[in-house]
Amino acid sequence: MKSLGLALIVPGVLLVFWHIATTRRWTRLIPTPYETAEYMVDFVAGGIYNDAFSATAHIHLLASMSRVYGGFGLAVLAALPLGLLIGRIPLARKTLDPFFQLMRPIPVTAWLPLSMILFGLGPRSAFALVFLGAFFPILLNTIFGVKNVDPKLFEAASMLGCKGNAQFFKVVLPAALPSIFTGLRLGLGLAWFVIVVGEMTGVPQGLGAVIMDGRTLSRTELVICGMIIIGIAGFISDRIVVAIGNRLLRWSPNHHG
Amino acid sequence: MAEPTLPIIDIRNVSKSFKLQGQSIDALKDANLSIRQGEFVTLIGASGCGKSTLLRIIAGFEKPTSGEALMWGKPITEPEPQRGMVFQDYALFPWLSVRDNIAFGPTSRGVPKAEARETVERFVEMVGLGRFADAYPHQLSGGMRQRVAIARVLANEAEVVLMDEPFGALDAMTRERLQEELLEIWARTKLTVVFVTHAIEEAIFLADRVVVMTPGPGRIESDNPMLLARPRDIASPEFNAIRREMSGKLHSHHGKKAA
Repeated sequence: MKSLGLALIVPGVLLVFWHIATTRRWTRLIPTPYETAEYMVDFVAGGIYNDAFSATAHIHLLASMSRVYGGFGLAVLAALPLGLLIGRIPLARKTLDPFFQLMRPIPVTAWLPLSMILFGLGPRSAFALVFLGAFFPILLNTIFGVKNVDPKLFEAASMLGCKGNAQFFKVVLPAALPSIFTGLRLGLGLAWFVIVVGEMTGVPQGLGAVIMDGRTLSRTELVICGMIIIGIAGFISDRIVVAIGNRLLRWSPNHHG
Repeated sequence: MAEPTLPIIDIRNVSKSFKLQGQSIDALKDANLSIRQGEFVTLIGASGCGKSTLLRIIAGFEKPTSGEALMWGKPITEPEPQRGMVFQDYALFPWLSVRDNIAFGPTSRGVPKAEARETVERFVEMVGLGRFADAYPHQLSGGMRQRVAIARVLANEAEVVLMDEPFGALDAMTRERLQEELLEIWARTKLTVVFVTHAIEEAIFLADRVVVMTPGPGRIESDNPMLLARPRDIASPEFNAIRREMSGKLHSHHGKKAA
């Protein structure tokens, strides 16, 4: 309870500042917190303004979520086996690692034009960007986890009679799990990060599209509502990953998010 | 049962050299050592004397550059359950509970579940960790972790227990308790123990034979039977006399070398 109170201090202060700044008319382009809250209610439940965006929040949220989790899921399916392979097999490492190291520094957003050419204007492009965004953190952390298993554990396993490929499941995977989880968490965070950019390219639905529409229509309250929903959705999905991680990694002294 | 004259572990002219920055370093040179079943042998020496290398060769983690290491007359080629290793830094599986760490060996070797469970419970009790059977390694003290590591090799039916400075990271009180517990377990079973340490007192307190090793290149300086009656009193004049003698053998080497 006390930590919740402490956690609310900064948002509270910002809210007060926002209120003062907008009611005193330091800027005319940003709505007051009250107006924004009112619009949020309309955006989620409708019944106040009844315009094109009223009561559509769930549609946009679901559209974004399907791209975020779809792209993330696909990234997991690709990055996890690749990471295990690169981390474990020197030949795979020498062949693939330099390539990935070279691709990694390219910001996901820089892929936008290319992905529009390759996948067209629309949801597929957003999907592809989310995939790319989530792919690298999962890949790199999986490689790191697999490569950094304490060599003593292999010796311990082999003197206890666990050898060769059996060590992969009984030693490598569990030992790499904390690292893999860090990768999943970062990857999912980045997926939410990237979705806005991905949905700015002629997608009719999605929270990124809402923000983009709000900008072109000069409806700042719509932009802010979109931002808040993305924030909350990203936060909740991160908490879920952390909760799963804490449960699976009870044994790990330094893994409590 | 093998014939009684055959040593359980036989080290014949074993040398081991490593390449370090293009230079060849002799970690161990012409070591000869034969250990009979049920013996408690300590290897003692300063760092770089090859005691850990010798232990790792017996374990099968490393191969000799020349010479041969035998168990029951057969060459040691790889790590095997009948030679269990207890590491200084425990090397427990952090994701497994105490019980599952001890069960790791039996399950890996395909021992039937019911039988494995019974074995595990017996050894959990033997090392006095009944109350902590479901705890994870990071929740245990160093002494408790090392008890798990010992139980882990015993539950796997190790005939030879190889211990690499197992109590080196523990505080003095815990160390003494574990030494006594180890001797109790050893007396109750037919275990053969090869125990590496750099503490003279520990080596004498535990061993039937103290093998003194010296560095540069690593070699066996002398093999000393310990005839003191057990349980040994480390404060007795006899113990002190032996300690002085061993200390002399350990340090004689330094005199010869221009330090």
